[in-house]
Amino acid sequence: MSAPPLSSTASAAAPSGKRPIGDVILSVQNISLRFGGVRALTNISFDVRQHEVLAIIGPNGAGKSSMLNVINGFYHPQEGKVFHKGKERLKMKPHDAARAGIARTFQNIALFKGMSALDNIMTGRNTMMKSSLLDQMLYWGRAQKEEIAHREFCERIIDFLEIEAIRKTPVGRLPYGLQKRVELGRALAAQPEILLLDEPMAGMNVEEKEDMCRFILDVNDEFGTTMVLIEHDMGVVMDISDRVVVLDYGRKLADGTPHEVRSNPDVIAAYLGGH
Amino acid sequence: MSTQVHPSITTTRAMDTLPKLLHHHAHTRPAHPAMREKDYGIWQTWSWKQVYDEVLLLAGGLAALGFRRGHTLAIVGDNRPQLYWSMVAAQVLGGTPVPVYQDSVASEMQFVLEHAEAHFAVVEDQEQVDKLLEVIDRCPSLGTILYEDPRGLRDYQQPFLHSLDALREKGREFIACHPTFLEQELQQGKGSDIGVMLYTSGTTGKPKGVMLSFDNVLITARNNVEMEGLTADEEVLAYLPMAWVGDHLFSMAQAYVCGFTVSCPESGETLLTDLRELGPTYFFAPPRIYENILTTVMIRMEDASRAKQWMFKAALELARKVGVRILDGEAVSAVERLKYWLGALLVYGPLKNVLGFSRIRLAYTAGEAIGPEIFSFYRALGINIKQIYGSTEASVFICVQPNGQVFSDTVGLPAPGVEIRIAESGEVMFRSPGVFHAYFKQPDKTAEEKTADGWVHTGDAGLFDERGHLKIIDRAKDLGRLTNGGMFPPKYLENKLKFFPFIKEAVAFGDQRDHACAFVNIDLEAVGNWAERRGLPYSGFQDLAARDEVYELIRDCVNQVNADLARDPLLSSCQIHRFLLLHKQLDADDGELTRTRKVRRRFIAERYAEQIEALYDRSRPSVHVSTEVTFEDGRKGKVEADLRLADAEVHPAATAPLRKAG
Repeated sequence: MSAPPLSSTASAAAPSGKRPIGDVILSVQNISLRFGGVRALTNISFDVRQHEVLAIIGPNGAGKSSMLNVINGFYHPQEGKVFHKGKERLKMKPHDAARAGIARTFQNIALFKGMSALDNIMTGRNTMMKSSLLDQMLYWGRAQKEEIAHREFCERIIDFLEIEAIRKTPVGRLPYGLQKRVELGRALAAQPEILLLDEPMAGMNVEEKEDMCRFILDVNDEFGTTMVLIEHDMGVVMDISDRVVVLDYGRKLADGTPHEVRSNPDVIAAYLGGH
Repeated sequence: MSTQVHPSITTTRAMDTLPKLLHHHAHTRPAHPAMREKDYGIWQTWSWKQVYDEVLLLAGGLAALGFRRGHTLAIVGDNRPQLYWSMVAAQVLGGTPVPVYQDSVASEMQFVLEHAEAHFAVVEDQEQVDKLLEVIDRCPSLGTILYEDPRGLRDYQQPFLHSLDALREKGREFIACHPTFLEQELQQGKGSDIGVMLYTSGTTGKPKGVMLSFDNVLITARNNVEMEGLTADEEVLAYLPMAWVGDHLFSMAQAYVCGFTVSCPESGETLLTDLRELGPTYFFAPPRIYENILTTVMIRMEDASRAKQWMFKAALELARKVGVRILDGEAVSAVERLKYWLGALLVYGPLKNVLGFSRIRLAYTAGEAIGPEIFSFYRALGINIKQIYGSTEASVFICVQPNGQVFSDTVGLPAPGVEIRIAESGEVMFRSPGVFHAYFKQPDKTAEEKTADGWVHTGDAGLFDERGHLKIIDRAKDLGRLTNGGMFPPKYLENKLKFFPFIKEAVAFGDQRDHACAFVNIDLEAVGNWAERRGLPYSGFQDLAARDEVYELIRDCVNQVNADLARDPLLSSCQIHRFLLLHKQLDADDGELTRTRKVRRRFIAERYAEQIEALYDRSRPSVHVSTEVTFEDGRKGKVEADLRLADAEVHPAATAPLRKAG
């Protein structure tokens, strides 16, 4: 059993530049989400296209993280529908979303601090491990082969993210920027088609941000992974995204290319703080 | 000269090129491991037969792309098996490989590629491809670039850019069409051919291309193999730049002469882990690596429990007393041997194991002077670390310390086949089979460095001591004089300072002045750790280096150096009167260090002229500095700071033993 190729969407190499942006892969339509009397999201619709990098921006409390939680099935909106690859998605659990090829990272790093970087990334393969608990305990037969294949896959991710030197280091001892990178590695281990990144660059210094940007673009470029990310750093957003969705108080203000969004008067007034 | 060869070495002097030696190993001991590389977390191994096949595929591919006898192949990248093989592939076809320092910026690389008239380049990855693409317009002969790692290069459309995988494919087709061509080419090579061209790191001026013949490299390599009794069972870790002559000797020439195994680490950052996993038997490292390892050990010991610290200290004390004597085969009492054995069981053994030094039979160091404490630390543990003295122009070996005669202040006796003489000026000169052919396209420079009868100027000032060992004092041109007539060897002072773990780099001034002063670069890791232990907050290098407490810490170091200097009547006048702590690390990207991390004293003297003057102006308590820095991506920025000027304790020159300062 050999490791599957890193890319789950094994499309042919694009002739030039990045992979061409494809069809709508995920569509949210008229989503409204309330927590009691608090309206977190109101009538939000937008599409995510294959291979694109889509940024969701907005001030604190605009509903960005809630939106990601709706997409990966953690929150269930009171109104509206989510279509994944053309099919309406019914109520589901986050692990169903993970099986369906949607992975995510979190705003506050959610790694297992006491485990090594490698083991953390291996947990990303969890949904793909088929051998029985007994086999795994005995490290026997299928479990052994499976472990080796998964390890090989994770080693490719480690190589890709250039974290060989911290492979065996407990994650809790790593600096913040590296922890974020390990978290990205764990998300990649699930071979996602869509990767949701919740503030991947929060709290990083300039150099760490540059590294992270490069990895996000590389993942998008090499594996064709569709990216939906939340980010506050406008420089980063404008640089790396193909499209930007702007939220404010749970409503969608704008949706377009970085250039369009930047020149949208509503956005300037509400978010960018123009005059 | 001994001519005894270890029975396990099957090669002979008649095999006079690297490709011929490879051919020999592939046919006489095909299954013996030749090369390893850690990749995807696992050590991957290639046997001599596999290496030979890989080399032929690459050579076939190169031939198919038009690489011919007399062509030049540039190699740029970290130590990777494929890059080593590309070098041999070029040699099979009668071409000359030119490894280039992989961390050079594009303009430095352009100089070498243009000067060497490289026709082909084999590079490691996208980073290096990008650098070459930036300068390819100014390198008219460079027609083809080949890369090993395709990551990020999928969308590059240049027709002259190919992957090594594609090259192998071409090689396969080529060999199918011309089944005997490569072997014929291989047998045509001879010892007098230029086997490799290595550019000197350029401590002074632009790099020079040192042309070394196969004879230069292989005879020198074999002489050393015979002297040290190296065998086919050695394990070597290839981690120093391929462009450096030492790597060429240790990881290629000697490996091919003996047929031992060379391993490439996973990455620069994993070096210490890889070292531990591999456990080399034959190891080379510049002093700074031994220093770093020792610093790490000491830092970690400070975190250990009291009982362990006590055990460590007691064991080390014992080792200092008897370890070196045992290693040198001197008489040691049975009781002390027993104690040392116990120490080895409890402390030295486990420590060496953690460091990956358990199996070391021979460790070399060179390039800079090594601190006597560091040197004796390793020797006390039973690690046979020895200093060598050499240069690119000598195919490495000029002097080697023989077993049993290892002194930290000398570089040993002339290596087998090497003659040495000291010129009138005090400069060391040598003649040997390893003496380089010439500098490429620079006959004037060749004539300057090499006399008609084959003697080469080293540029180092040195003398033979009463034991016949060579002692290097400084660069001949750096040796200065104080206005009172006293000798001023700046490097000697700098090394004394750098022997403290808290000091990473130092630059001493004093030539044509009445006393000596110094710039000091703190070691961020060691001082940072020291600060943390004391609960001293700091926001970064600049902040840490400006702290009063840190100034006091370094002042103690300088005071100790002065106390030490005061004891030596020849050197007591060059005690350091004032010093300052630099606000940034001296960096090769800013031109302050060479790529091999040697201080470029003249450049620094020019750049920091104002700060140096301030050191000599007693009335000034501080000086402002503003320097341009180059970031890794080539952008430039500015760093500004006010640097405090600190006085150190100066001792009167004493004839009687001095009480220890502080």
